Amino acid sequence: MLALTVRRLLVAIPTLIAIVAAAFLLMKAAPGGPFTTERQLQPEIEQRLKAKFGLDLPIEQQLARYLFGSEEGGGLVRGDFGPSMTYKDKTVIDIIAEGAPTSAILGFGAMLFALLVGGGLGIIAALRQNKIQDYAVMALAIAGVCLPPLVVGPVFQLLFGVQWGILPSQGLHRDEFGLIYLILPIITLALPLIAIVSRLMRASMIEALRSNAIRTARAKGLPETQVILRHALPIALLPIVSYVGPALAGVMAGSFVIETVYQLPGIGKQFVYAAGQRDYTLVMGVVLIYSFLIISLNLAADIMYRVLDPRARTA
Amino acid sequence: MAIWTSRRSLLTGAGGVGVAATLGGCANARIIGFDKARKSLDIANSSEPLSLDPHKATGSWENNIIGNMFIGLTTENEEAEPVPGMAERWEVSEDLLTWTFYLRRATWSDGESCDAHDFEFGFKRIMNPDTLAQYASILYPIKNAQAINTGEMDVEELGVTAIDDLTLEIRLEHPAPYLPQLLKHYTAYPIPKHVHERVGEDWIKAENIQVNGPFILRRWWSNYIIHLERNPNFYDANNVVIEHLYFYPQNDVQAAARKVLSGEAGWATRFPSNQVEVLRRDLPGFVRVSTYLTVNYFSFNMTKPPFDDVRVRQAISMAYDRDFVANQIYKTGETPAYKFVPPGVYNYPSSALYSWAGRPVAERKQEAERLLRAAGYGPNNPLRFAFSHRNTSDNPRVAVVAQNDWNSIAPWVTVELRGVENQVHYANLRAKNFDAGDGGWIGDFNDAKNFLYLFESRTGSQNYPGYNNPRYDGLVHQSDFERDDQARAQLMLQAEQLLLDEAPICTSVFINSTNLVHPDLTGYVDNLEDIHRARWFGIRNA
Repeated sequence: MLALTVRRLLVAIPTLIAIVAAAFLLMKAAPGGPFTTERQLQPEIEQRLKAKFGLDLPIEQQLARYLFGSEEGGGLVRGDFGPSMTYKDKTVIDIIAEGAPTSAILGFGAMLFALLVGGGLGIIAALRQNKIQDYAVMALAIAGVCLPPLVVGPVFQLLFGVQWGILPSQGLHRDEFGLIYLILPIITLALPLIAIVSRLMRASMIEALRSNAIRTARAKGLPETQVILRHALPIALLPIVSYVGPALAGVMAGSFVIETVYQLPGIGKQFVYAAGQRDYTLVMGVVLIYSFLIISLNLAADIMYRVLDPRARTA
Repeated sequence: MAIWTSRRSLLTGAGGVGVAATLGGCANARIIGFDKARKSLDIANSSEPLSLDPHKATGSWENNIIGNMFIGLTTENEEAEPVPGMAERWEVSEDLLTWTFYLRRATWSDGESCDAHDFEFGFKRIMNPDTLAQYASILYPIKNAQAINTGEMDVEELGVTAIDDLTLEIRLEHPAPYLPQLLKHYTAYPIPKHVHERVGEDWIKAENIQVNGPFILRRWWSNYIIHLERNPNFYDANNVVIEHLYFYPQNDVQAAARKVLSGEAGWATRFPSNQVEVLRRDLPGFVRVSTYLTVNYFSFNMTKPPFDDVRVRQAISMAYDRDFVANQIYKTGETPAYKFVPPGVYNYPSSALYSWAGRPVAERKQEAERLLRAAGYGPNNPLRFAFSHRNTSDNPRVAVVAQNDWNSIAPWVTVELRGVENQVHYANLRAKNFDAGDGGWIGDFNDAKNFLYLFESRTGSQNYPGYNNPRYDGLVHQSDFERDDQARAQLMLQAEQLLLDEAPICTSVFINSTNLVHPDLTGYVDNLEDIHRARWFGIRNA
């Protein structure tokens, strides 16, 4: 297990570098730059601004500078994401540190919620296959996939926030953080996840229940709850585990729609604005966090696989 | 930055949220946007500030915040007119080139004295090219400012000197009667020298900042909220009523209006103009519409055909139906622009006018066709050009009207629309990579010069049309040296009339400022610059 982890972490380094290079080049290919605005800068000042951020260099040198820094220091390898190019008073780390906790809590909460609710629903559907409970769960799943957060969010705000007044409809309470403000956003973000998790769970549970292992368990006369929870569930969880890794990275890296609809301070919003303003360093910072999450959660999924499935350990 | 500091700031963020999460659960009270008991005001501001450093800021939405934290030599009253700020009075020399300001005794929020040295330090900092101040050029009337800012001269040569603690001398390149207007601009604000010397460019962070104005920065949570609190050490603190200001970056103008509708904001700095009737009905007393120091105009690229020909520019300019756009696209009583400088500008009669201004559109279109034919266009040589516009707010709808007006001059006139995002649009304009393109200009200070300088040949790439007329340059330049206000206005008027006659641009509409303001908020007065300092705000029916 340790060898696997080390090997995978080593492979992650070139992967990250490739992602950085690709994102960097793509971003530079977009027209305009961080200092192209309505108001014209003095050419001398624009020149100095570009020199400060190395934008006057050829693109391969810009990339090298971003990765390894210049004489004054900095550089990604030293853990410096650099200053933001548009937000003049802040560094990329400042901005990510301000937004990341909210995005992470939102994403983690939504995934936890989706696993509990979606997993439960999936098991119910599998056990009552082709019965009314099954159809009801699957109808719900289809609805969850089809209704985008852009629609669900405002409807929830209207119902829970305005009509019934039981939950805060948007934002935190000014600058005070509280989990209560994240309940609606978490549910909204979780809905499509619930749909996918429940479908996956249903399919793999049905398959697991038909397996030889389960027949043996039943033949031994084990109680049905124990058959399902102790023996069928670990097998059925495997596809879910491989889905959850990357999906969790996706939701934890911030959701532009959720953060905009509910007016929350997250990095999903920062990412979209930064791309529009051509804030190269900030975009790179968020891309890196996202890639890092994907790689590490994929690795976590693989390790979980081995814990759950003895066959994978020898593979 | 070393890796451990990065990790530490990440951890602090996460830890802070953890603690706050447990506490925040009980704070589920609804936000009251204008809370009279708590004396707090929530403001839907139009965008996220790119900087709160007065020397690095560039936008009106930043000014809305910064102007509550700092006071310049002069400052704004409720009407946004210049009144004495840190300077109690000033004297001007006989040749109008040396201004001496006598400062009041005042302190920064930490009790350190705020004096002439802080101002000298501030002016030198913004002119120092290493500061990378994007807006420094507005202060170029100061002696040697341009040379210093472009790196040709040492910063110590700047024409700003602290003669003693309370006396500041500013020497100018040329007479600038609008100096008091200019000195209330945020570029001329002082910054706390003692803090900057200790922490450098981090002085603006909430944990370091000291201010000399009515409010101090408490928290800046990126793209979410900015919290200012009353500064008890402000020299006029006894007359400041509001205790807390919360600014939200509300990029979506619809959401800004919703925030006021739901009572979660007491002031929105704009609203969707097509909803003005609904808002007037649902929010009685909130809607504030006022003339604004802003003109929307289209630039013609004069560096290549077809717009290198004055007849084509005049034709296209006169065929455009401004009245329709002002009345049907904008719904808040905008004024069609038949001139360039917005009406109401200080010391300026605003009497320049397109020669064809009074004639009906149909007649103008006939005249336009005649001009285009004279320029060699016709069925056998059709006129085609692209109109580039920003695809934000009302601009695409204006573009369609313009396209329709121009296409209807004659069957052989074809206009293609190209809508692109802001950044790309301005990059194209600057690179002269366009035929005709829209744009807008918000005055930085209340003087016609601030509009007319755009088309001086020395303005460079922001002179989007590439207009280059020595007579125009001469008139604008001469106006700087004219001491008599009326004679100066006449020179600028001549320049503006020349601009209208030669039509490097096609003026469109004078935009109004639109705000939603709680009717019980006193001290908010509509004004041309749309600047409203919270220092003057009060509470009615408390």
